[in-house]
Amino acid sequence: MNKHLISAADLSKDDALLILDTAEELAAVSERSIKKLPTLRGRTVVNLFFEDSTRTRISFEAAAKRLSADVINFSAKGSSVSKGESLKDTALTLEAMGADAVVIRHGASGAPHRLANWVRGSVVNAGDGTHEHPTQALLDAFSMRRRLGSLEGRKITIVGDVLHSRVARSNVLLLATLGADVTLVAPPTLLPVSVGTWPCEVSYDLDAVLPKSDVVMMLRVQKERMNAAYFPSEREYSRRYGLDRDRFAKMPDDAIVMHPGPMNRGMEIAADVADSPRSTIVEQVANGVTTRMAVLYLLLGGESAQ
Amino acid sequence: MSESRAVLEGPDIHRALTRIAHEILERTKGADGVVLLGIPTRGVTLARRLGERIEQFEGVKIPVGSIDITMYRDDLRLKPARPLGHTELPPDGVDGRTVVLVDDVLYSGRTVRAALDALNDLGRPTAVQLATLVDRGHRELPIRADYVGKNLPTAKSEKVKVFLDEIDGRDAVELIK
Repeated sequence: MNKHLISAADLSKDDALLILDTAEELAAVSERSIKKLPTLRGRTVVNLFFEDSTRTRISFEAAAKRLSADVINFSAKGSSVSKGESLKDTALTLEAMGADAVVIRHGASGAPHRLANWVRGSVVNAGDGTHEHPTQALLDAFSMRRRLGSLEGRKITIVGDVLHSRVARSNVLLLATLGADVTLVAPPTLLPVSVGTWPCEVSYDLDAVLPKSDVVMMLRVQKERMNAAYFPSEREYSRRYGLDRDRFAKMPDDAIVMHPGPMNRGMEIAADVADSPRSTIVEQVANGVTTRMAVLYLLLGGESAQ
Repeated sequence: MSESRAVLEGPDIHRALTRIAHEILERTKGADGVVLLGIPTRGVTLARRLGERIEQFEGVKIPVGSIDITMYRDDLRLKPARPLGHTELPPDGVDGRTVVLVDDVLYSGRTVRAALDALNDLGRPTAVQLATLVDRGHRELPIRADYVGKNLPTAKSEKVKVFLDEIDGRDAVELIK
C-alpha cells in the first residue's frame, strides 16, 4: 500500500483486494453492541472539507471514531479559508497540530496531490473536483462483491454524467484493476474527451446494454455543475438515460442497481427502482463506513511509512 | 544455519489434545455452557479438533468460534499494517458462557492479553480459560494457561513452529534453533 490514497489508479490488484478483505472482516464490528476498536488510539485524523458534503464527511468521521482515532473536522465555511488562507498555509497549520492523516475534499482537481507534498501524514482523497473519489469506488466494489461475489469478468454499467463525475472515473479505474468489464453510458456531451483512453467501453444506448449488465450504477445529474446546456431538457435526459421501471425489468433477474447518492428521484432513477430489494443504495452508506475503516487502518494502523 | 528438531509428532499432538478435551470436560463439569474460541490461524484448527473430541466423548456439541486479535495487538506500530484474521462467534454469543481460548503456542502472553481485550468488546463471559498446545515459557505478563499440551523449555533465541494437517498437510511441533 502507498502512504496516500489519492487515486484509485494507485492501487494494485493486491492492494485493492487487501482493502476489500479487511473491510469484510471489519463489517462485523458495525453489527456488534460495542462498535469500537482500539487500533488507532492516539492518532489524529483531520477531515478537511472545502466542499459541502454530508455523507462522506460523516462516513469518514464514523470510521475514524470506530477505530478510536481523534477526529478534527475542518470545513471551509466559517474558517480561516474564508479569510483568504491558502491551501498550503492550512496544510502547515494541520501539520503543526500533528495530524496523522488528512482526509480532504476540495473543489479543485489535484488538490490532494498538492497537499501530499506539504504534510507528513497520510492524505486520503475524499473527492477532488471532477477528478477522483477513490473511497467511493472502494465502497462500491465492496458492495458489489458482497452481493455478487468476485468481480472478475462481471459486466458493470455506469450511466449518466461521467464528465463531472469523480465517482465514475475512480470506479472505472478500480473495477478495471479488479478484472470487471465496465461500460459507460451517457449522452456524448457528458463524456470527457479523454474517455477513449480509459479502460472501459462506451455506449450511447442504455437499452442495448441493460440486458447484459450484472450491475447498473446510476450517477447523479450534478445540477450545480451544469453551467452549460449538456442536454435539451431534464425530461428528455430522464427518458433516454433514466432508470425507470420498464428499463429495470430488462435487467437480468439477479442484477443490482447502485447509486452513490444523493439521488434525484424521478430524474436519473425512479423511486420504486431505488427502493427495490435489488438496489444497494442504503447498503452503500453502511459499507462506506466499513470500507473507510479498512483504508484508515491500512494507512495508519502499522508503523508510519516514510 | 538454523536447525529444526521435532518435539511433538502427530500421535503426540493427538494424545495431548485428547487429554486437554478430557480436562476441559472435567473442569467444566461436562462442558456445560462452554464455548471454544480459537485464535487465528492455528488456534482455530485446534479449537475445532477439541470440539470434535468433546462431542465424541460426551455426545454434546459445543459451540466453536474464532477470535481475531490483530486490532488489539500492542505491537501494531512495529510493523506495516497486517491483514486481519476472521472473527466468528457462535450464534448465541459468549454472554454468560465459559469461554476457553485456544492458541497453538503460549509465549510472552501478549496475544492472550489482546484476546482478553477483544473478548471484552464482544460480550461478558462468566469465566475465561486458556488452552494451549505448547507453553514455551518467557512470559512478559501475568498470564498462565489452564490446559497445556506440553510444557517446552526453550531459549528466547529459539522458535517454536506448529504444523497442523488441515493447514500444513502434517502434524508436528518443531523447535528451530
